[in-house]
Amino acid sequence: MKTFQYERPADADTAVALLADAPTGAYLGGGTNLVDLMKLGVAAPDLLVDVSRLPFDAVEETGTGGLRIGAAVRNSTLAVHPLVRERYPVLSQALLSGASTQLRNAATVGGNLLQRTRCPYFQDVGKPCNKRRPGTGCPAREGAHRDLAVLGASEHCVATNPSDMAVALAALDAIVDVASGHGPRRVPLTDLHRLPGDAPDRDTTLRHGELITAVELPPPMPGARSAYRKARDRASYAFALASVGAVLQVREGLVHHVRVAFGALAAKPWRARTAEEALLGEPATTASFDDAVRHELAAARPLRDNGYKVPLARRMAVSMLTELAAASAGGTP
Amino acid sequence: MRVTFTVNGREQEADDVWEGESLLYVLRERMGLPGSKNACEQGECGSCTVRLDDVPVCSCLVAAGQVQGREVVTVEGLADQARERGGRATDGTTLDQAKGWQAKPHGAQAAQPGQLAPIQQAFIDAGAVQCGFCTPGLLVAADELLERNSSPTDADIREALSGNLCRCTGYEKILDAVRLAAARQDEVV
Ligand SMILES: Cc1cc2nc3c(=O)[nH]c(=O)nc-3n(C[C@H](O)[C@H](O)[C@H](O)COP(=O)(O)OP(=O)(O)OC[C@H]3O[C@@H](n4cnc5c(N)ncnc54)[C@H](O)[C@@H]3O)c2cc1C
Ligand code: SF4
Repeated sequence: MKTFQYERPADADTAVALLADAPTGAYLGGGTNLVDLMKLGVAAPDLLVDVSRLPFDAVEETGTGGLRIGAAVRNSTLAVHPLVRERYPVLSQALLSGASTQLRNAATVGGNLLQRTRCPYFQDVGKPCNKRRPGTGCPAREGAHRDLAVLGASEHCVATNPSDMAVALAALDAIVDVASGHGPRRVPLTDLHRLPGDAPDRDTTLRHGELITAVELPPPMPGARSAYRKARDRASYAFALASVGAVLQVREGLVHHVRVAFGALAAKPWRARTAEEALLGEPATTASFDDAVRHELAAARPLRDNGYKVPLARRMAVSMLTELAAASAGGTP
Repeated sequence: MRVTFTVNGREQEADDVWEGESLLYVLRERMGLPGSKNACEQGECGSCTVRLDDVPVCSCLVAAGQVQGREVVTVEGLADQARERGGRATDGTTLDQAKGWQAKPHGAQAAQPGQLAPIQQAFIDAGAVQCGFCTPGLLVAADELLERNSSPTDADIREALSGNLCRCTGYEKILDAVRLAAARQDEVV
């Protein structure tokens, strides 16, 4: 590991100022991704600005009945928060499906959002990789890509975003609060991560030194149901092969509000906007869910070994929406 | 840099710590507490599990500077912690006494050498220890589970221990040990 300087400022302004002056510095949350990447030599910041103990550690109701989640809140704390469990089950379930107890206890909301891909070539400094070293090529296209993207990839990179939490937040229309020397701004979660295009080294739309301070959830839709489901190689403690988070509100048998987001299919949580539009006002039946999701996944461009993801994701989404519709109609919470 | 934090109930100070050291390294190489094991170093195996401000974390992924002013409990502190909770510390095996670790530089700080926390005794009694490398991490994780949830279901145990990999036991004896410790905990209450 390269030598670096460690700072733990007491407030956000100092944190932002420290990083503004350090073009190759980085914020440090729980360290469960960044420290790992530093050991592997994938990341080599010369300054770590520890933001894990900044006073962004509260989960509070907003004036409009939504929820504001501080960026330093631990994944484990958020997962079991009573308001999250009650009003946003999709988020609680997504968090609990990620990593292990030990890792969730250390991981922060900000760090989870900005964790990097698990593509094996990205993590191996002995291999070429356009994301780690732009212009060196993408061995995954011909090599080990069973876990990688089927949607929104480019010839330069086929990596996926590994976060479960981000998928739930995409389905919940979350907003990310960001601080920087240029003042605060608010970024819809669905605009935070970017598709690789010809710049796969840039995972997100954030600029250097921008600090995530909070994530805000809009108030839950009355009577809506939500859930998260994840397919993986083991029953627990594995990254997703495909996952789906959904929110559904049914009125008189018709879809009144629907959000569907897929995980592990793309470099960002994949909001199924085509499917959502197709479903609005339609009967909340398995047949319409199947139609809409097929429509959405028609955009998939699988590689040699990851075509299984498309039917897997479709079946998961259709069965989940069917269950949510039944729960919504039956009034069970 | 200097790092000051509490380890197993005692204030400890480490000087000239390199920023790139992990909490695991500081515990093992500077505090003479080699119980937490150094295996995958990537947060995957759980052998380095310690409690940081009460919750189990992988100490291999905690940068040394991050523990400033915080509280750490390692496997070496489990017996003491169990006693403080009001559980029994039981008499350990002769082998354990013979090979009992020596804390340095601040001297032994655990219960009497050979005294074990109930979870440790249960691991021995259930035959849940084979090569032993994963054991300290499992003990810390299992102890925390039982503190939180005195009668865990098998699913609870599996989920709580899913971050701790074992290559020898096939996990069945480990599950037995946690069930045993839970049952004994019930007897005491
Ligand atoms: C073995 C293993 C298994 C895992 N399994 C899963 C899984 O199944 N599902 C899943 O979703 N995740 C999984 N993870 C990933 C884990 O969820 C992430 O490592 C964790 O969420 C990152 O959070 P952190 O606070 O530790 O981030 P850090 O490692 O501290 O930081 C990650 C990145 O975020 C940046 N950052 C941190 N905080 C801020 C902030 N406030 N503002 C701006 N930038 C910031 C850092 O600079 C860094 O680039 C796993 C990890 C491991 C090691
Ligand atoms: S898929 Fe992306 S991260 Fe993986 S090797 Fe190719 S460029 Fe690198």
